[in-house]
Amino acid sequence: MAEPIVQIRNLSKIYQQGEINVTALDNISLDIAGAEFLTLMGPSGSGKSTLLHIIAGIDRPTSGECRVQNVDVTKLNESQLADWRNQNVGFIFQTFNLIPVLTAAENVELPLLLTQLSKKQRHNQVATALELVGLSDRSKHLPRQLSGGQEQRVAIARALVTDPALIVADEPTGNLDSHSAHEVLGVLQSLRRDAGKTIIMVTHDPKAAAFGTRQIHLEKGELS
Amino acid sequence: MALPLSHNFRNVTVRWRATLATVLGIAMVVAVFVLVQALAVGLEKSASNTGDPRNIMIVRKGSTAESSSQVSLQQFQTLHYWSQIARDKKGNPIVSADLVTLISQPRIDGKGEANVSVRGLTPMGRFLRPQVTLVAGRWFTPGKREVVVSSRMAKRFAHFKIGDRFKTAGNWMTVVGEFAGQNSAFDSEVWMDADESRALFDRESYSSVLVRAASPQAAQEIISRLDSDKRLPLRGDSEVEYYSKQTATAMPIRILGNFLATAMSIGAIFAAMNTMYASVGSRTREIGTLRVLGFRRRTILLSFIIEGALLAAIGGVLGCLLALPLHGYSTGTMSFNTFSETVFQFRITPWLATKGIIFAVVVGVVGSLLPAIRASRLPVIAALKSV
Repeated sequence: MAEPIVQIRNLSKIYQQGEINVTALDNISLDIAGAEFLTLMGPSGSGKSTLLHIIAGIDRPTSGECRVQNVDVTKLNESQLADWRNQNVGFIFQTFNLIPVLTAAENVELPLLLTQLSKKQRHNQVATALELVGLSDRSKHLPRQLSGGQEQRVAIARALVTDPALIVADEPTGNLDSHSAHEVLGVLQSLRRDAGKTIIMVTHDPKAAAFGTRQIHLEKGELS
Repeated sequence: MALPLSHNFRNVTVRWRATLATVLGIAMVVAVFVLVQALAVGLEKSASNTGDPRNIMIVRKGSTAESSSQVSLQQFQTLHYWSQIARDKKGNPIVSADLVTLISQPRIDGKGEANVSVRGLTPMGRFLRPQVTLVAGRWFTPGKREVVVSSRMAKRFAHFKIGDRFKTAGNWMTVVGEFAGQNSAFDSEVWMDADESRALFDRESYSSVLVRAASPQAAQEIISRLDSDKRLPLRGDSEVEYYSKQTATAMPIRILGNFLATAMSIGAIFAAMNTMYASVGSRTREIGTLRVLGFRRRTILLSFIIEGALLAAIGGVLGCLLALPLHGYSTGTMSFNTFSETVFQFRITPWLATKGIIFAVVVGVVGSLLPAIRASRLPVIAALKSV
């Protein structure tokens, strides 16, 4: 295996609900290689989303280490994390999470507003990203004028527009019909294959998981 | 880096139904604020247009207005010989004695009567007030019972049209002309011959004397000489200063206006707050998404404050537009300085409109502060899960 892009060591996450401690992740260690398409599977409450959130730098573990490209994201403070997320991770959500008042192109451009790129450079990158997901002709459309599958492809374009090494997806096909789901998964697959992106995807659906290069199952916060 | 303004603008307009009530509320507050201030500005403008910096207004010591002042014929004669007073081409001192009296006249709309200031003055008195010009008819003839009224008063009182006659102090007066006072205090007056007016109202003395000083230094000398001369119970003030003191009438209007605007703006702040809380609530997931993409808390905070300010600014502009048709509208009030009808115009100056919009933006910023803080403090993961 090549040098791992994600190295997780003894990671635990314990939520406090009233007086009860709920263990979401229990002492997990895991390596993810570059250009891997990893799918995280498991029943509801197994901790797969929590793991994804910690790798992506939007949640913090109770203990343990999570190094992404040799940066321990658990040690960054909040503003450092915000910058780190912007530069290193692309997100894809189950509910697309596009900004309704912005056009497809403007949604894709959002992460680039935090960079030093000129307006022209930004527009070029947005055009490239939309082309990659096959939506160049929809760039001026508002999210509500797009189908679910198209919305999710815009979200993928937004995730890859900053050219991050890592793309994380939380149930990206959960709100899509099977045809659109197939399309979206195909795009993710080609991102790994053609652009060498590392993709981590949480899913319930074994058919979706089959698109990945490796599957991991979580059960009650432990790898199984 | 901040979020683009177009984002805020579209968020305001896309939910226009929800924001309309707030925008209209703020517009009403701004309209009231601007109108009340416009009234005060109009009153002050009327006073500031009146004085000539070279003129000295002389009244009896202790009187606050011409109508309550007395200057005897003898005192008037004494003043003629003062060397500090300017002289015209013929060598005559530029001095005018006026008699100001109040007459009661019916309003044109039939809603009762009001006091009107009648100024009796000499030709020299007209020379000292060049801002007053005849716009219709002719000037009064000395020795005849004729009056010239200001155009503004002609619109407000019955029997003030050229050719009209009205009875006062048991005598019939004829209106022979109309004058315009360029928004000065004279727009609230009726003019007639000085001696005729003394005869008509049976007065031994005049109300005031207006003199033109030979130089700014001479003006100071006249004022201090009057002050120190124990034989002359008179007081001099620069004409400009005299009329600006009369502006005290605008003070209660300003105070009332500010009170009204403050009370209404508190309501508007809560309206803006409500709208912005609703906006934050409906966009919780959007906020979570922006945070995940790398936008900082303070960017989110700023964005919502800008949005509130934008919302309010739209209301502010609308409020100014609502108030604008009243610009130049003449109205009158009872002046507590002259105890007579004072007419003036609503004056909405660009500065006043700007103040109105700034006022609106302050309302918007204050109103959106708490919702914006809430938005910026939303926990990311919980925000992402919200529907």
